[in-house]
Amino acid sequence: MKIIVAIKQVPERDARIRIDSAGKWIDLQDVEFNLNESDAYALEEALQLKEAHGGEVVVISAGPERVGKTIREALAKGADRGIHIESDDLASYDALGVARLLAAAIEEEPEDADLILTGLQSDDLGLGQTGVIMAEILGLPHATLILKIEKTDNGIKVLRELEDGWFQHLELPTPAVLTIQSGNSKLRYATLMGIKKAKTKEVRRVTVADLIHNDPEVKPADPVVILDQVMLPSKQRTTQMLGGTPAEAAAALVEKLQFEVRAL
Amino acid sequence: MSSVLVILEIKDRIISRISWEAMAAAHTLAESRGLPVDIAVVTSPTNPILAKIQGKPPRTIYAVDHKLLHAYTSDGYTEACAQLIAHVKPAYVVLPHTYQVRDFAPRLATRLKQVLISDVTGIETHAGASAAPTFIRQLLQGKLNARYSHTGTGVCLLSVQAGAFRADAPAGGTTTVEHFEPKLDAAQIRIQPGEPFRASAQTVDLGSASILVSVGRGIKEEANLPIVQELATALGAELAASRPICDAGWLPMERQVGSSGQTVAPKVYLAVGISGAIQHLVGMKGSQCIVAINKDENAPIFEVADYGIVGDLFEVVPALTAAVRKVKG
Repeated sequence: MKIIVAIKQVPERDARIRIDSAGKWIDLQDVEFNLNESDAYALEEALQLKEAHGGEVVVISAGPERVGKTIREALAKGADRGIHIESDDLASYDALGVARLLAAAIEEEPEDADLILTGLQSDDLGLGQTGVIMAEILGLPHATLILKIEKTDNGIKVLRELEDGWFQHLELPTPAVLTIQSGNSKLRYATLMGIKKAKTKEVRRVTVADLIHNDPEVKPADPVVILDQVMLPSKQRTTQMLGGTPAEAAAALVEKLQFEVRAL
Repeated sequence: MSSVLVILEIKDRIISRISWEAMAAAHTLAESRGLPVDIAVVTSPTNPILAKIQGKPPRTIYAVDHKLLHAYTSDGYTEACAQLIAHVKPAYVVLPHTYQVRDFAPRLATRLKQVLISDVTGIETHAGASAAPTFIRQLLQGKLNARYSHTGTGVCLLSVQAGAFRADAPAGGTTTVEHFEPKLDAAQIRIQPGEPFRASAQTVDLGSASILVSVGRGIKEEANLPIVQELATALGAELAASRPICDAGWLPMERQVGSSGQTVAPKVYLAVGISGAIQHLVGMKGSQCIVAINKDENAPIFEVADYGIVGDLFEVVPALTAAVRKVKG
């Protein structure tokens, strides 16, 4: 089974939020980056399928030089090779533009993948669309919010999460694109041996110019939807902050719950 | 004449609440652009539900019906909606941001060479016929808002977040129902869906609790759970949790609050170590009183909180338990 996993490097969850001078994103100076959480689960599913059925796991990611580190981390966890689409101006693309780059690089692979996995949404932009858009571009069936994947005789059977605690099984032919929900399995850590091996694994670097040259469908950034400005959220309710020592804050809260909310 | 087309969703044989909110969003958009509103529902044109369309009346209700749409598949819905859009030629398509819409709408937009503006929390309309609306959505798990605009002359698709728009009060008017049968072929449906099922019988009804103490990532380890359990016991509250806690197996899934768990609206919702990602907020922001305890003063949970304590939960929670015990004797 050949599985391609599209992964994204995102600012870590606790990153300090300061709006940059252009007003279009946060200031990335001193920000640490991590592998997007649901992409980590997509990688884990891919590695488990490979362990059960053999084959190859290839990770693909787009972004600047620093993305190379996240690709290496995926290789250290057990992915076999990586593809890095080098771009310093991904923010000028919309979701369709980024998905076209990923799809074009995937189509350049000498051997077709049986499965293309990615996380259900990114922790930074949260669009929740890249995998689904890729499926349409590549002409493949897709399913989202997937918790479990089983191989069947002529494809796969997956468990999909619905709302309010409901689930559903789906059967799809392969190749197919799946977006993976977080939390179903325990994520592995890279072993020392894995980290050592990752240094010698192949990472194919492609530029946007190469992709445009090879595929007429790929274009320089030409977004339909544009992010104009970012803003700090305004409060939906007036929050009374209760300060002081933990004991003082606790006493103040109990008083509010007793006399204002009348809940005690 | 071009219009704003809303695609409503039927769930448990009723049109879902978030669908009415999407319709209210569509009316806002339509009024600013001087356009009529059309509705589409995937159902039989004889379904009595169509007579119960609430809010300001739409111009036309399209009952999109085909035997290959009786069970939802992303393949079937994408193709049917693409054909409907080609027929109606709307300027805007508004959808409720449900798990089903998340599954097919990005694909539908791609087929139309467009990009869905997903999970919209606000629509800004601007005076003047040439001034296009702008759309607000959240970034970085709710820590940042962003303003988006749609360019070009093609159809603009958006999905709206649960609870972001207030459903309109019913109003009279005349509406025509039109049967729309898309041309679908069984070979186009590559996915075989199974019947939806519920994993386990619910034994905890979070919905009936008047106080909920809800715990999130900030608790760090399963071994630390007793400190929040003690607070819940002192308050006579049920214990709830955000998704990561249930994913880790520290609490059963039936205690999960949020878009993939339960939606609750207790008298008091006490969020302990919960940052307040969108998926969690949609499940609890209707609570009468929200209390947040978090070490990060910028955590989005404080945007919806009535009372907030910034501090180390491992110090604040035991202090609170002691204070509650003191007044409850």
